[in-house]
Amino acid sequence: MKSKLTFLLGLIWVAGTHLAGAQTSGLRLPKTVQAGTPFSIQSAGSGKAVLYIVGPAQVLRRDVQLGETISLAAGDLHNAGHYTVILVGGSSTEDGAFDVTAAQPAALSLIAKPSRLPVDLHGGISGVAYIFDTFQNLVLQPSHVSFQLAGVAGAPQTRTVLTQNGVAWTKMNSASKEGAAQFVARVGNIADTRVIQQVPGDPCSLRMNVRASGQRLAIETEPVRDCSGNAVPDGTIVTFTEIYNGGEATVDVPLKRGVARTEMPAYEGATISVATGVVMGNEVRWGKE
Amino acid sequence: MKQTAVRRAIWRPFLLAGSVLATLLVWGSDQAAVRVEPTDSVGPRTLEKQTETAVIRDYLQAWNSLSGALDQNRVDLLNRDFVGTAKEKLVETIREQAKLGIQTRYQDGKHDIQVVFYSPEGLSIQLVDTVEYDMQLLDHEKPLRTQHIRARYVAVLTPTEVQWKVRVFQAEPE
Repeated sequence: MKSKLTFLLGLIWVAGTHLAGAQTSGLRLPKTVQAGTPFSIQSAGSGKAVLYIVGPAQVLRRDVQLGETISLAAGDLHNAGHYTVILVGGSSTEDGAFDVTAAQPAALSLIAKPSRLPVDLHGGISGVAYIFDTFQNLVLQPSHVSFQLAGVAGAPQTRTVLTQNGVAWTKMNSASKEGAAQFVARVGNIADTRVIQQVPGDPCSLRMNVRASGQRLAIETEPVRDCSGNAVPDGTIVTFTEIYNGGEATVDVPLKRGVARTEMPAYEGATISVATGVVMGNEVRWGKE
Repeated sequence: MKQTAVRRAIWRPFLLAGSVLATLLVWGSDQAAVRVEPTDSVGPRTLEKQTETAVIRDYLQAWNSLSGALDQNRVDLLNRDFVGTAKEKLVETIREQAKLGIQTRYQDGKHDIQVVFYSPEGLSIQLVDTVEYDMQLLDHEKPLRTQHIRARYVAVLTPTEVQWKVRVFQAEPE
């Protein structure tokens, strides 16, 4: 009884391995194919059959003659991915699989953020580049991506990064001078460009001068600049505050041509201060000491 | 008569528990086993647990959408989870399948997911999934072959108003 069972199991195993071999023995497939390139599949036997090449990215169906070489033309299979091949003949079905890999880099997608930022910000600009071939497949083979940030002044910043899984990224510093900068990512002769607007930072120091103007005080700031010497944009609000005899007066004035001007009542012993954003300027005490 | 009623009352919780367990097993059999590699070293942006959970959930949901869309040759089923190139390619496949009278049934069984990149500005996240699935091919509704497949997929997801959507979905040689 035991020997019969062993024999039966052995028979099943032999039949199983034979069938498994037969499934792929007649079908000769490439292991990998580059997207869009021509390739061929060798079949065995005779008679008519239907060839299916199936994957989520693409599907093909061909009527073929068994025993002949099945040729697929350039562009027939252009989407990268894993493909199952099934060859259905009159009496047998064979299957196999192969991979289609991306072709050479042909397009680059650059995401640069932010599009507008203050000057002199360390690591303030980020660039992410995804590399694609001509069929919009992500190129997973490592490629060198050159990032360059060229502003209105100074030497351009350059970094070269090797892609991992089709993506490369870097961080750049904003320049010390305001203006538009070109952020370029390049692979070979393929490039993508974004414009980064570099604007002045927060005011660095704020000073005002106060003088008598009839019964009132004429107050004017010196030109307001950031720490790199760039003029702070017109429209930035400057706040003047006057404290007198227990009273208080406040005036908000937008910068015009780099300076803010206003008039306030002249009270003996009043204290006048100036501020913009979180930056405090100087303080002036008017009249009697 | 009274004894029978008592017996029934005793067995009722066991029967109930058994049916709940059976339901869970049946339900469980349709769910793919999912393993996510630790994400501590993912960068350059720090990946918060909440983001990780959402990304994995939406990616797995995308597999369900893909499966339904390719099985029923329905392009509209892709709208929820795919955008950009990934969607365009799947739409192309579905249209070709419909033209040829082909259907493909994808049943994912196992995912081994590794989040490999989270962009500094938070606008894209990339993961690599070593996935095992069964693919059944039907020609004019006649099943031809089922193949068990193990493949390495690279996916790039981008955030939309309410969820992450798959923008790049591509298998590569292991």
